[in-house]
Amino acid sequence: MESSVVTPPPPAPPESKVPTKAVEGSATWSLVDRLGLAFCWFLGLLFCAIAAAIVIYLLIQGIKFLKLSELTTPAAAGFTEGESGGFSDAFVGTLILGVMGISMALPIGVAIAVWLVEYGRPRALARITEMTIEAIAGIPSIVLALFGTVIFTSTALGFLSRSNEGVVFGRSFFAASSMLALEALPLVVASTREGLNAIPRHVREASYAVGKTKAATTRRILLPTARPQIATGGMLGLGRIIGDTAIIVVLLGATQNFSPVEGAPFPLDYLRGAGTSLTNFVYEASPTGNLNQPQKAYAAAFVLLLMVLALNAATDLVHRRARKVGTWSH
Amino acid sequence: MESLAPDTAPSAPPPIRRLDPQDPTPAQEAVPTTATSFVAAKRSIAAPQFSIRRMEVDRVSIHYGAKAAVKGVSLPIRQGEVLALIGPSGCGKTTLLRSLNRLTELTAAARLSGSIRLDDVDIRLIEPTLLRRRVTMVFQQPNPFPMSVFDNIAYVLREQGSRRVRKKALEPQVHSALARAGLFEEVKDNLKHPALKLSGGQQQRLCIARALAAEPEVLLLDEPCSALDPQSTAVIEDLIVRLRDDVAVVIVTHNLQQAYRIADHVAFMYLGDLVEYNSATRLFNSPTQQRTAEYVSGAFG
Repeated sequence: MESSVVTPPPPAPPESKVPTKAVEGSATWSLVDRLGLAFCWFLGLLFCAIAAAIVIYLLIQGIKFLKLSELTTPAAAGFTEGESGGFSDAFVGTLILGVMGISMALPIGVAIAVWLVEYGRPRALARITEMTIEAIAGIPSIVLALFGTVIFTSTALGFLSRSNEGVVFGRSFFAASSMLALEALPLVVASTREGLNAIPRHVREASYAVGKTKAATTRRILLPTARPQIATGGMLGLGRIIGDTAIIVVLLGATQNFSPVEGAPFPLDYLRGAGTSLTNFVYEASPTGNLNQPQKAYAAAFVLLLMVLALNAATDLVHRRARKVGTWSH
Repeated sequence: MESLAPDTAPSAPPPIRRLDPQDPTPAQEAVPTTATSFVAAKRSIAAPQFSIRRMEVDRVSIHYGAKAAVKGVSLPIRQGEVLALIGPSGCGKTTLLRSLNRLTELTAAARLSGSIRLDDVDIRLIEPTLLRRRVTMVFQQPNPFPMSVFDNIAYVLREQGSRRVRKKALEPQVHSALARAGLFEEVKDNLKHPALKLSGGQQQRLCIARALAAEPEVLLLDEPCSALDPQSTAVIEDLIVRLRDDVAVVIVTHNLQQAYRIADHVAFMYLGDLVEYNSATRLFNSPTQQRTAEYVSGAFG
């Protein structure tokens, strides 16, 4: 019950023109700043548009031209598109290179990163290692490929490729994937280092303070914590590996089909032999290449694109799972 | 919570060597005679029932290069009581604390002279990983490992990086450690809960449980409540006082009220020197040193 003594509240003030929320606007900015902001917006949107255009265009072309049979039939010599087969060898070649390359780059890269972040002594050696990794990251892949031919045509490494009367061919899945791994290595190292550096020092100390060794701490605490960044590094590296062409041309032989080494036991005969990848197939099938079958180039490029998108999705998944575990407040 | 009940205590504690059962320094003091300006919440804790000397800091100096962080400090650390190290920032109290389990060796080239003894053995003669299981530590920031509550404790119980001992076999020890840290009732329904999704206070108690799981003789706490809200702080202070019978507790704190509430003995350090070491009631109510009086009354620091 309301008492009559209480005075009624004053009537609500009329709707005010004054904004109820203060917002910082760019109206007070200088012209240069406003133009700069507009430019940033424009470029950001332009970049999105370009990326979207590429993906959408390739999706449309890919869906139009990709036949599943192309993934299962190897390329063949023929006068018409129907006779020249698909690109199964290139597809499988990319898979082999990816698996071999990343299974070399990932453990080596993680080990280097652990040494740099957790040990890194003597300092000078650590600095040199860092600089070397950065240098490798900057070397064009065609240069790495040339360097690879020097190494893999040496007689001592003849068992990794085909050799004929003492002359080592030097082109094989072993040779190509080794150099591709070297190309992916800096990405794995950088990403893993970032992950390890993000772990606060007191977390390591908490593990040492219950009597754990550095090795146990690294294995059970640090590496699992850095898993999302290690995965990112791996995915970036894998993307680099499946996207490279120069090393394929120089170190894999860039044949249209597998050419296994006769007489070697099963997986080795293919791995020691020459082959091709999707990137090389796309190049050859494009109007500038020897095959000149643009429709198949689109189909192969579409498969490549799907692989890269799948990698991105997988990385995202690892990060999302890591968020469920939480992180330390700083 | 019945974490002090004997049935939740560790089943096989390490053999305790009672060094000096009649330790001549009784922690309980008579009512102070001279009043100072220090005003704090009334101490509600009972006097310790006993005290066993576990660690002995003997004329310890610690240098970082030319800079002396700790200058000739001598202190006893006893089971059965809480020792608080207080003093302004940079006075060397954290350095001293971290040298008790040789954690200083990992981060900086600190030079230590004098000796620190654990049960009469110089800690430089104890293998660091063994020492750090006997003298465990809790840090300022709650830092559970990014795994489940259960795995946080199980990690401590297992041999180094091994996963050999099965979860089932570790259950009793994990439960008892959580119970001793007063966390078991809150987490028992979901021990698979990610530790980093607990509240800050719970995380810090998990860190205490983790430190207790190694069944240490000494527990070091480096400002364990400074990142927590008052309520969580109260829970942890209560816990620390209850732990003092099982382990010797050393706590570094910036919070004078906290030192007064929970500590039995207090060491006041200033610029690397141990200015005064005394029982909490004495040090806060009738300090013998001018510096101490100024510090506890808020004149500086």
